[in-house]
Amino acid sequence: MAPGAVIDDVRSAVRAGSSWSSPKLGSGIGFEDVTVSYGKLVVLASLSLTIEPGEIMALIGPSGSAKTTALRAVAGFVRPASGRIRIGERDVTDLPPHARDIGMVVQNYALFPHMRVEDNVAFGLRARREAKEAVKQRVAECLRMVGMSAYTQRYPRELSGGQQQRVAIARALAVRPRVLLLDEPLSALDAQIRHSMLQELARLHEAMPSLTVLYVTHDQTEALTLADRIAIMRDGRLVASGPSQALYREPPTRFAAEFLGRANLLPVTLEAADAGDGLARVRLGEISLLVKARPGLSVGRDCLLCIRPHGIAMRPGGRPSNELTGVVRAMQWQGDLHSVTLETQGVLIRMICAPLRDPPSLGVRFPIHFAAEDATLIPEDA
Amino acid sequence: MLVWSRSGRIGAWLLFSLLFGVIYVLPVAVIAIASFAGQWNGVLPSHLTFAHYARAVHSSLSAELRVSLITGVMASAVALVVGTWAALALRKIYGASRLVLDIVFFIPSAVPSVSVGLGLLVAFSRPPILLNGTIAMVVVAHFVLTSAFTYGNVSAGLARLGPEFEQMAESLGARPGYRLRHVTLPLITPYLIAAFSLSFALSMGELGATMMVYPPGWRTLPVGIFALADRGDIFESATLTVLLACATLAVLVGLSYIPTRAASRR
Repeated sequence: MAPGAVIDDVRSAVRAGSSWSSPKLGSGIGFEDVTVSYGKLVVLASLSLTIEPGEIMALIGPSGSAKTTALRAVAGFVRPASGRIRIGERDVTDLPPHARDIGMVVQNYALFPHMRVEDNVAFGLRARREAKEAVKQRVAECLRMVGMSAYTQRYPRELSGGQQQRVAIARALAVRPRVLLLDEPLSALDAQIRHSMLQELARLHEAMPSLTVLYVTHDQTEALTLADRIAIMRDGRLVASGPSQALYREPPTRFAAEFLGRANLLPVTLEAADAGDGLARVRLGEISLLVKARPGLSVGRDCLLCIRPHGIAMRPGGRPSNELTGVVRAMQWQGDLHSVTLETQGVLIRMICAPLRDPPSLGVRFPIHFAAEDATLIPEDA
Repeated sequence: MLVWSRSGRIGAWLLFSLLFGVIYVLPVAVIAIASFAGQWNGVLPSHLTFAHYARAVHSSLSAELRVSLITGVMASAVALVVGTWAALALRKIYGASRLVLDIVFFIPSAVPSVSVGLGLLVAFSRPPILLNGTIAMVVVAHFVLTSAFTYGNVSAGLARLGPEFEQMAESLGARPGYRLRHVTLPLITPYLIAAFSLSFALSMGELGATMMVYPPGWRTLPVGIFALADRGDIFESATLTVLLACATLAVLVGLSYIPTRAASRR
């Protein structure tokens, strides 16, 4: 079944006032100073974060950053040493997992191998002792939603990874959860299926806008594609959070800039905090550049200039624009784009552009441009 | 060990065949042949006959076989329930406490069965728990001797299961009892069957403790075999041994054919 048809099914179900529009959907999640520790080892330190009803929050970070621990704390699989966890208005910190009204999808799907697809999806409903006919209807509805109606009698091992993931999503949604917890749900899929599943998740949420989703991933593309807001974790701590686009365009810290989008970070000194039109002037080596102003920075302060590789071009774009001259140090063709590394003013800078018909040779000098509004400042010590 | 040369492979197979033949095949073959022997004065027996089998069928064999089967099934069932309960209860315990509890459960398997029988005799021959001379005493003895293996088997199954299935069941709203019945136990069914089979096989062959505790009228087949061998009826004893092995194997083969969706679908 085509994704479009799938989403049409969901939309019609919602329009018809079916159980998709359950009043249970639409509870937010609140971490209130949550700390998780194993013995003396603190793995999650004082996490305070609010996820609004209907929002998709992506929790990202490198391995060992405690993002999965945070999600498991919401599910009830790890118990906080201190702090409270709220789902909607309810404090669920001391509730067992089965009483939390959550839906969960994990990386390895965890479909029950001894049950057929329809029994997997029906599991939560039967555990809650819902009426037989209601279970049947709901299972059919959920499987139709994820395009798996034709596979009800299959066992999980008879399905592909993508199909198993769809069943896992249907199973999680079947119980009409207050919140949906996704723990690296696409990590085990190959790139092509991951891309289509990502689109399907986005469409699914579009059809169920009141569903709150906590999405744990280490993949920034998944986070940026899907999430309304992103929270970045590092070493068990929350280091940055905010609306996805804002966090991408104006990362507050060096780590956020590097982890989310592999930004170019150039050491600059602030020459003028207000150069008019919301811009500031900075010095990179011997060159003066116009960049987006950042309040609170004083003249003479050392900063990092953050420019995304896509923000650099061979021709001037936005106004006002900056120009640098660089020497080509590395060149990589990646199919649908070229990645060029240049050296300018003693630092390396990476640009990504459409495939070049006549790529420059190594050692060639040529000018590059970036718009002032695409360049932001990060305090050196942030 | 990988052997790449042809001569090496032949040598390895010959060595394996020799060891396997001497250690496993020869004793079983001797018992099987003896069960058909009329006389055995030379290297091979003579006057081969089915008379021992005919006599066995018409003697007290059927009663002893029934006693062995009932005892085996009862002791194995109790061991399965208790061993599974213990494995489920102890799997969330780690460190020194787990080690101590593991040792407690495995002690019976390290103690000679005669000593277990003696211990039970001493413990249950006076009030408040008076079991001496009862069938229950035999079942308890078999249970004590087999429970460690049941516990070990089920623990291994639970260790392989991993937490994700049960956690997923919990997240979907399944209470602990529902989760146990519909997820945990079905997923470890192959291990439960293996545990029961092993307990049953051990119980069917148990002699030491049974000799110490069996009451009149509840004589198991191994006790009967021992009694026959003790008074010199080697051929009759071998016949009963073959029949005991066949009965045990029949049950074990039957158990191995129980369809388990967890085993076939994982």
